[in-house]
Amino acid sequence: MRARVLIRPKAGILDPQGQAVERALPALGFTGVSEVHVGRLVELEVQDESQLPAMCERLLANPLIEEYEIQTGHTAAWGERASEEGTAA
Amino acid sequence: MGATDAPDGRGRHRELGLTDHEYDLIVDGLGREPGDVELAMLSLMWSEHCAYKHSKKLLRRLPVEGPNVLVGPGENAGAVDVGDNLAIAFKVESHNHPSAVEPFQGAATGVGGILRDIFAVGARPIAVLDSLRFGEPADSPRSRYLLEHAVAGIGHYGNSIGVPTVGGEIYFEPSYEQNCLINAMAVGMAPHERLTSSAAAGVGNLVLLFGALTGRDGIGGASVLASAELTDADDAKRPTVQIGDPFAEKKLMECSLELLDRNLLASLQDLGAAGLTSSASEMASKGGVGLEIDVTKVPLREADMEPFEIMISESQERMLCVVEPHLVDRVLGVCEKWEVLAAVIGEVTDTGLFRVLRDGELVGELPVGLLVDDCPLYDLDPEPPTAALYVGGEQHVATDADPLTTLKALLASANISSRRPVFEQYDPVVQSRTVRRPEQADAAVLALPVLCARSGALDEPIPAIAVSIDGNGRRVAVDPRAGAAEVVYECAANLACTGAEPLGVTNCLNFGNPEKPHVAWQLSEAIDGLAQACRDLGVPVVGGNVSLYNESPDGPILPTPVIGMVGKLPDARAAGRLGFANPGDRIALVGEFHPARDGSEIAKLHGSAPAGALPVKSVAAIRAAHERVREGVRNRDFTSAHDIAEGGILVAIAECCIAGGVGAIINLPDGLDPFGEDLGTAFIVSGPSESLEGLPIIGVVGSRELVVTGRFNVAVSELSALHGQGLSALLSYAR
Amino acid sequence: MKFGVIRFPGTCDDVDAQLAAARVGEAALLWHRDRDLQGVDVVIVPGGFSYGDYLRAGAIARFAPVMESVIEFAHEGGLVLGICNGFQILCECGLLPGALLVNDHLKFVFRQVRLDVVDHNTPFTRNCPPSLSIPVKHTTGRYYSPEPVQVVLRYAPGENPNGSQDDIAGVVNNAGNVFGLMPHPEHAVDALTGSTDGLTIFESLRTAVGERVPVA
Repeated sequence: MRARVLIRPKAGILDPQGQAVERALPALGFTGVSEVHVGRLVELEVQDESQLPAMCERLLANPLIEEYEIQTGHTAAWGERASEEGTAA
Repeated sequence: MGATDAPDGRGRHRELGLTDHEYDLIVDGLGREPGDVELAMLSLMWSEHCAYKHSKKLLRRLPVEGPNVLVGPGENAGAVDVGDNLAIAFKVESHNHPSAVEPFQGAATGVGGILRDIFAVGARPIAVLDSLRFGEPADSPRSRYLLEHAVAGIGHYGNSIGVPTVGGEIYFEPSYEQNCLINAMAVGMAPHERLTSSAAAGVGNLVLLFGALTGRDGIGGASVLASAELTDADDAKRPTVQIGDPFAEKKLMECSLELLDRNLLASLQDLGAAGLTSSASEMASKGGVGLEIDVTKVPLREADMEPFEIMISESQERMLCVVEPHLVDRVLGVCEKWEVLAAVIGEVTDTGLFRVLRDGELVGELPVGLLVDDCPLYDLDPEPPTAALYVGGEQHVATDADPLTTLKALLASANISSRRPVFEQYDPVVQSRTVRRPEQADAAVLALPVLCARSGALDEPIPAIAVSIDGNGRRVAVDPRAGAAEVVYECAANLACTGAEPLGVTNCLNFGNPEKPHVAWQLSEAIDGLAQACRDLGVPVVGGNVSLYNESPDGPILPTPVIGMVGKLPDARAAGRLGFANPGDRIALVGEFHPARDGSEIAKLHGSAPAGALPVKSVAAIRAAHERVREGVRNRDFTSAHDIAEGGILVAIAECCIAGGVGAIINLPDGLDPFGEDLGTAFIVSGPSESLEGLPIIGVVGSRELVVTGRFNVAVSELSALHGQGLSALLSYAR
Repeated sequence: MKFGVIRFPGTCDDVDAQLAAARVGEAALLWHRDRDLQGVDVVIVPGGFSYGDYLRAGAIARFAPVMESVIEFAHEGGLVLGICNGFQILCECGLLPGALLVNDHLKFVFRQVRLDVVDHNTPFTRNCPPSLSIPVKHTTGRYYSPEPVQVVLRYAPGENPNGSQDDIAGVVNNAGNVFGLMPHPEHAVDALTGSTDGLTIFESLRTAVGERVPVA
């Protein structure tokens, strides 16, 4: 089964990457943007989805500073990843 | 007869960058039409990037021999002897066009590529330097973007792989707006016996590919990216950008060096432009043998790659080696230890042919000589330009401004201000050899032996090398011959300030389109100037690289030969510093200094175009001045030594004050232009008065002010702030 | 006395740490796949980019076989020094509290910084002067801990290079035998290369080990 783990800085942790993006967008003319946070996306194929929380706690995220969200069962909506070039930039 | 766009696809060679004439030569050489795989391979091997077809004849003018040369041009990197059975390998290479498309990855893979060249010859990389050119940062958000990302990319790669970035230079000129220059130099060290050739040897030996998986990175990169002028369509080229993985390269480097230390390899070669095609054919050519490679044995990142794609892929972090069959298991064992993927992909033959198989079936067969040696070399058609090639810019300081205003403007200018916002992004100390880091001296100094508690005990000297990289497009534009020579003198002057004597030079020639007569003239004149200056100083050129077609619709870049120089100093403990240090020290001017303003930084701030003439120099005087400074530093007569470079004598003196955090009182010699330039000829030194005997004294170190008698007083802290903030004020990303 | 310096794939400052430690004792490299710590008195987890620092700095190295032995060694009271990436690894594996985050300015920073030694009562700092000049070089050095921690080193006022919480540059665990710091003491052991202040940390360890009752 295909799964996605979204990892982002915990609320209250300074997120300079998010801030940098938040500052850059208005410079390009995009106004009304706030609460930007930059995190990571991990995509993986797993046989037993019940292991996903443990994977997150032990390796994929650092629970002290990051929170994570597990998504499964959305294969069609995510699109197939045929090759490196197949993904839109 | 010439090829046509016949329905059978005979016009393909043009899309791949080959001329009809070149295609005809190929058909003649083969006695038949080349197949797909063969044409892809030939188009890359016969590109400017691989064949140097517009510069090779000119490069023969450079002096390449000297008593210390161990490896000259032609191998992955040149090498010089530094005594104690140690060799220093070094080379500078451009990654201009890839960086213009994607500056972070372009610069990162530029560093990765030059590092592979160094460990491919058996040397452990001990230093990286870089030479960068961008458009005016004040006017151009694109230039600021390119600078920020290129610097981050260089740091990302060098820092992560554990090789210190110890020096470099950056200049900003409008002509680089569309063609930034990213030249990276790497320096490595090896015991003599570990120096390795890339010549494939031993018929029946196996060819082994190790390192990263092969993907579709940079397919067509060598010909498409490096040999055509950039156009607005560059966004479409993005997929061909190579991605750097310094972690993979770190493992590859340790693995390669261990394989050589264990004497398991017959030859070693890195994969760069044109990938397997170039690496394997050059190995075969040097060894006078043939090769057979089966593309089905190449480990792939993407399963459905065509044979031609596998043969020209520019995936990074890969090496090729030749191994005797009975040693293969031991080689694979070392690769496994370093978690480096390895596969036997072919063998050495006695046919003189490069045969490409797919699962045993022949898909391409080319004579090695046709691939490597038969590309036609072109004569250029040099003509001096009849009209000015470059225009002036905005005026930033009035021509009648007082000297203090002018000095402040120069110190804060993009070209002269402190490079700290950049070099603070690089690790200069890893490997524990760095005796002089940026802003401590005019050149970086690296100790050769491992430093330990006993280093220097019993007053034993600690031998060291000094390294510097230099270029000055404005002055080469004024006079390509004299300007290029000046770059060599300037680089040697930097070394002299640390006490080092030059051993060898590497160069990177960044020019516009050589098929245009005035660019051909710039290139030809500059090479003559380099050759003459190298002969003047007795320094051979041991390797280098050429980057042509750096041109946009607005014209060519300033002609930019970049020089990397390595020298030796007998004792790192006496290495020179640039900053004034001891109040009461006298300040002296060393050298015959005839400053003038054409092509200078002050001329630029006045809005002048780079035109006119450069000062005439006496080679004997330059040699004598360099010798005097070198000896004064080595004997510890001088507290500081700094060459008078861009901005002229007052800027040089101000830099000595800023670096030392101390002031000075200066009496400028009558009639001396405080802001004119005469690069590579003269120095500011300081020391106790008895150590400066025979030198013209122009001042004394002390207080917290720079006092130029009869002209101005200014607090050093004020100059330091202007100098320190100059670049950061122009950069959006700086704090 | 004997130091062991761990080498992971991607470690860069292993030889530097070994050379620095060798100024005060014996020093050996320990391979990441080996569980045998070779009877060393002090384990150094050095700087660099173990496993490329991919995913998160130090996140993968903590699962290396050698780290199982290091964790056991630390739990038995063995002295463990984590420098830069080593500090990140020790936090990831729970030997030290807190975590290291990307610098507030998002850039790699190399800088010679001044540090205040705020706790001399540790095996790592007993020989240190009150203030040290040592270089930092990192992208992920902003220390954060939601809980109070035992601070040993702070960046001197105005010197904080990364936005670290309360200017924290180095911390010890509650037992006082595991120390992590972002600055690189192994790059401040020779006047020729800039400073000898870092050597006092290695000398402190020699003193501490010398005062111990020999176990074997």
